Amino acid sequence: MHLNTAPNLESPDDFYEALIDAHRELSTQASEALNARLVLLLANHIGSQRVLLEALDAARGTVR
Amino acid sequence: MHWNELARPGADAVDYQKVVFDYERRADQDAATPARRPVAIVGAGPVGLALAIDLAQRGVPVVVLDNDSTLSAGSRAICFAKRTLEIFDRLGCGDRVAGKGVSWNTGKVFFRDQQVYSFDLLPETGHARPAFVNLQQYYVEGYLAERAAALPLVDVRWRNTVSGAEQHDDHVMLTIDTPDGPYRLAADYVAACDGARSTLRRLLGLESRGRTFKDRFLIADVRMRHEAPAERWFWFDPEFHRNQSVLLHRQPDGVWRIDFQLGWDADPEEEKRPERILPRVRALLAHSAMKDVDFELEWASVYTFSCLRMDSFRHGRVLFAGDAAHGVSPFGARGANSGVQDADNLAWKLAAVLHGHAPDALLETYAREREFAADENIRHSTRATDFITPKSSISRVFRDAVLELAKSHPFARTLVNSGRLSTPATLHGSSLNSPDVDAFRGAMAPGAPAADAPVTLPDGTPSWLLSQLGAGFTVLVAGVVPDVLKDVDGHGLDVRLLGVGTDIGDPSGLLAQRYDLRPGSTVLLRPDQHVCARWRAADAARVNGAIRRALALH
Repeated sequence: MHLNTAPNLESPDDFYEALIDAHRELSTQASEALNARLVLLLANHIGSQRVLLEALDAARGTVR
Repeated sequence: MHWNELARPGADAVDYQKVVFDYERRADQDAATPARRPVAIVGAGPVGLALAIDLAQRGVPVVVLDNDSTLSAGSRAICFAKRTLEIFDRLGCGDRVAGKGVSWNTGKVFFRDQQVYSFDLLPETGHARPAFVNLQQYYVEGYLAERAAALPLVDVRWRNTVSGAEQHDDHVMLTIDTPDGPYRLAADYVAACDGARSTLRRLLGLESRGRTFKDRFLIADVRMRHEAPAERWFWFDPEFHRNQSVLLHRQPDGVWRIDFQLGWDADPEEEKRPERILPRVRALLAHSAMKDVDFELEWASVYTFSCLRMDSFRHGRVLFAGDAAHGVSPFGARGANSGVQDADNLAWKLAAVLHGHAPDALLETYAREREFAADENIRHSTRATDFITPKSSISRVFRDAVLELAKSHPFARTLVNSGRLSTPATLHGSSLNSPDVDAFRGAMAPGAPAADAPVTLPDGTPSWLLSQLGAGFTVLVAGVVPDVLKDVDGHGLDVRLLGVGTDIGDPSGLLAQRYDLRPGSTVLLRPDQHVCARWRAADAARVNGAIRRALALH
């Protein structure tokens, strides 16, 4: 399986709102910690090392 | 004391921390031309002594040169892994190490003021030896020394400092300084087991390269009168030692190892003073069930560490082993354990070459196999170090996020890394392996260290597989060993044929399960108890070919 970068979110606007809301009133430091926990939870859900490496590459902008 | 007195019965009373061995003049020091020896081992630490015993057991006389006259000062390495115990069994001192050592299974991880989780090592049953024992290094060296002293082929020379090493085509010429002045000794091969600051490495102008960690750690060994279960406790960023890590581990004799991370700016001399150490220990105890317990400081040391290795563990006729060849962080107990595995790998190969059973090329495989293992150890140890002491703010953020999540999410516990405890490397890709031609499952692939299993002897006595393996090659066959295998050629090494279900029983079925045996399956084991070939059905040609390959005879 490869990283799916095609549109896949069930409800994009709702997800985006929830993401921003989750950070509401947090300090930058607390936001950073939340993001780290979120990344780890999602990474575990994905599980596949190949997909995770592709996601890391995509996030770093090295995928063309 | 005299070295030979160590071997006499009743030497149990020796205080290994205090014993000082006599310098004894040898005839070699008066020889008109330098005496010639098959092997000189430099360094009488755990690696040098293990190698000396193994070689002597294989009929090779060894000279061991040590610049000092004592065993390990302080407890130092305290965690000895199952594979090391199995090697010590082969060397005749496994029972003493396992008998004195403390076994432990429970580990607890704390983050700030809370326990994040506890884990059980859940060691797989059906092995003669536990996953780990904790034992002060001076005991291990003492037991090895006593075993070595009982072997006439081992000649240990204290206060013999190597000050020169010249490589020649067929020998190494050593210059050795003694209290009586220098002498020269020629050796076919030299094993450099002389530690992280190896003299041999320096004399040959070689380097061990890698990554040095800018951090300091304090080891405080304290003696406490407190009966607590033997557990490994690890704190990340505890209230009593903010922003650093702390490890608590039990040793025999009521001694506890406490390891405090101090940071790079700590003054090593200052931190070694009891006035600095005692309040740290009291603060830790106040946060445990052991508060108000009386304790005394047994030994303290401030250390830094590097993860590094030499580019090649072989240079001409000099073979490097243990800390001389590679260095790791202490997290995961991979220093002494991997050094003993180096000795285990080297001894049978050196013996085979010196006895003329195998070509010099076999020694190249020592270097390649153990460089591969060192890379694996360094990788694990570097990862643990990066988790324990994050090197950037984002690394710290992720580390803390893992620890937070670990309180309630089991998946995050798999990411917590306070040291992945030493397991032996499977030597994938070694040129001594015969690649699989048949389908097998399980971990016992060519290159794997042989897994133990309970067995029964023909008279019904319970025993263990590893204790039944031969000093040379062992051919393990599921069922009756076919007559055609009875003439397999060990090229001078013994070949032991073991039928599973015939010569040895497998009452629990664990042996067949671990090696994925079906009737006729055949597994070839090297003298160091690594698998090197396996087949669903074997004939003499296949086994002979695999033995030749394992001796680098092709």
